[in-house]
Amino acid sequence: MPWWSRNRKNLDESQNQQREMPDGLWTKCPSCETVIYKSELEENLYTCPKCDHHFRIGSNHYIDLLTDPETFDETHAQLTSTDPLEFVDEDSYQVKLRKATKRTGLSDAMRTGLGQVEGKRVSLAIMDFSFIGGSMGSVVGEKFCRAVDDAIRERVPFICITASGGARMMEAAISLMQMAKTSTRLTLLADERIPYIVILTDPTTGGVTASYAMLGDVTLAEPRALIGFAGPRVIEQTIKRKLPEGFQRSEFQQEHGFVDHIVHRKELRKTLSRVLTLLPIPETAD
Amino acid sequence: MAKYVLEFEKPILEIEEKISEMRSMSDQLDIGPEIEVLEQKVERLRKSVYEQLTRWQRVQLARHPDRPYTLDYIAMICDDFFEMHGDRSFGDDKAIVGGLAQINGRKLVLIGQQKGRDTNERKVRNFGMPNPEGYRKALRLMKLAERFSLPVVTLIDTPGAYPGIEAEERGQAESIARNLFEMARLKTPIVNVVIGEGASGGALGIGMGDTLLMLENTWFSVISPESCSSILWKSWDYKEQAAEALRLTAGDLVEMGIADGIIPEPIGGAHRLPKEAADFLKTALIQALDQLTQQPIPQLLRQRRDRYAAIGVFNDAAVA
Ligand SMILES: [Zn+2]
Repeated sequence: MPWWSRNRKNLDESQNQQREMPDGLWTKCPSCETVIYKSELEENLYTCPKCDHHFRIGSNHYIDLLTDPETFDETHAQLTSTDPLEFVDEDSYQVKLRKATKRTGLSDAMRTGLGQVEGKRVSLAIMDFSFIGGSMGSVVGEKFCRAVDDAIRERVPFICITASGGARMMEAAISLMQMAKTSTRLTLLADERIPYIVILTDPTTGGVTASYAMLGDVTLAEPRALIGFAGPRVIEQTIKRKLPEGFQRSEFQQEHGFVDHIVHRKELRKTLSRVLTLLPIPETAD
Repeated sequence: MAKYVLEFEKPILEIEEKISEMRSMSDQLDIGPEIEVLEQKVERLRKSVYEQLTRWQRVQLARHPDRPYTLDYIAMICDDFFEMHGDRSFGDDKAIVGGLAQINGRKLVLIGQQKGRDTNERKVRNFGMPNPEGYRKALRLMKLAERFSLPVVTLIDTPGAYPGIEAEERGQAESIARNLFEMARLKTPIVNVVIGEGASGGALGIGMGDTLLMLENTWFSVISPESCSSILWKSWDYKEQAAEALRLTAGDLVEMGIADGIIPEPIGGAHRLPKEAADFLKTALIQALDQLTQQPIPQLLRQRRDRYAAIGVFNDAAVA
């Protein structure tokens, strides 16, 4: 068993979040086409040993990756989506929710909790792209806000790992307003002088990028993650030409001034721990 | 130039044309009573059409090319407007206008998205699609308002923030996110009014505050009906259904508890009688401003935070 895969408290072990990965014994790296054995991929934290391609992973993996053993307590897991607008396209939103829950074992596209990173207590919010494209609806917005509240109550840093295609269409204006809701709650965290650290992962686009993903005091990104406001396809349709290589990737975002550090998944915990040490929380709000 | 006519406006227009034709002949002929009958008929028809507009028809009205835009309203409702330019960092985005304004003696900062009327102006205004420097200009003006205790009014009318290479390079997402954060805590009253299209984060980027009003024939949602159709139905042909599913009209947003009120438009839409539409807007703005400026700032900010905290519908009970 790899070093970061340990027994967790309060986690549903049936949660299967490796949907990007085929079920066979080996897989091909989508970037360099190297054949990688599943066990090797696991050992390597789902990054390609040849080219460092970062496979998409779910919240369970990030919890294992970042928090000390047995320290993560999941919070607000009882929150689930309803269908306030009775939204129907080819499928109903209710059916989509049921399918997503069944397929991923998750209750929505974000999980929150309190845990320790190398001995330092933090409040965490982690997104799952596998749940309806990591889209932000009422539940994601509310969980984010409650995780901020937890950080304020305990005076511990707040960490968010983003992975999202944007606001959830099936909650229409209500999901749009989650951008306002989450950004508003972050002003309280800032008033309390509590650090907010963002870790951008592939992909982070749309309404999540245009709200809490871009409001970190410190912003980290995994290598080559797609990070942007408009999706590449929409931009191509608008400007009617091909996009340059590397456009909207982490390295592009760092080059243009929106990311502090690009961090390999293997270095994520250590880097996060350094930032937490170097950015202490003042005793009082002012 | 040919007049732009929506499908459901056509029968009304036909009768109106007939009336004006008859009027031009009424010097020679005694057809006063016939004209009167037609006038009654057209009024009845107009009423019945506009009383049962579908959501998609309202979207079409919100985009009507003759509809008053931000600068049209400014000219009609402001005693004075001193436009200010630039974000002091990169440039001046003409898709967002803003400056110092006065409405019936009340001084304020007014900011709005601006569409173009003809081909050339549409290009200059980038079809009302702002770039990051537009949002940053808006933020500069909001901060100015805060420092001088002036309330802020924003007029929302955009098909979305511009999806372009340079926009991404300069941080479209960051500029909107920053505005949301700062609008949430700006120590002065903010009134937002959707005057046309309120498309997604591009609209919200100048669209947070204490009171959200929507003109009767406008829309505000997470995505346009066309884009929603293309993503969820994988075809551009389901825009009517998408508009229904999104519940994107002023009435819908009041029902959802997101918008605070609907500003009426003249029957036939704001483009039919712009002056009348502007009068309704002006009255609503004065009322909202007078109500907000009475409140102490800490209370105002608390209410603003509570207002956004309350938006969201979810189950909060563990399933047995
Ligand atoms: Zn590889």
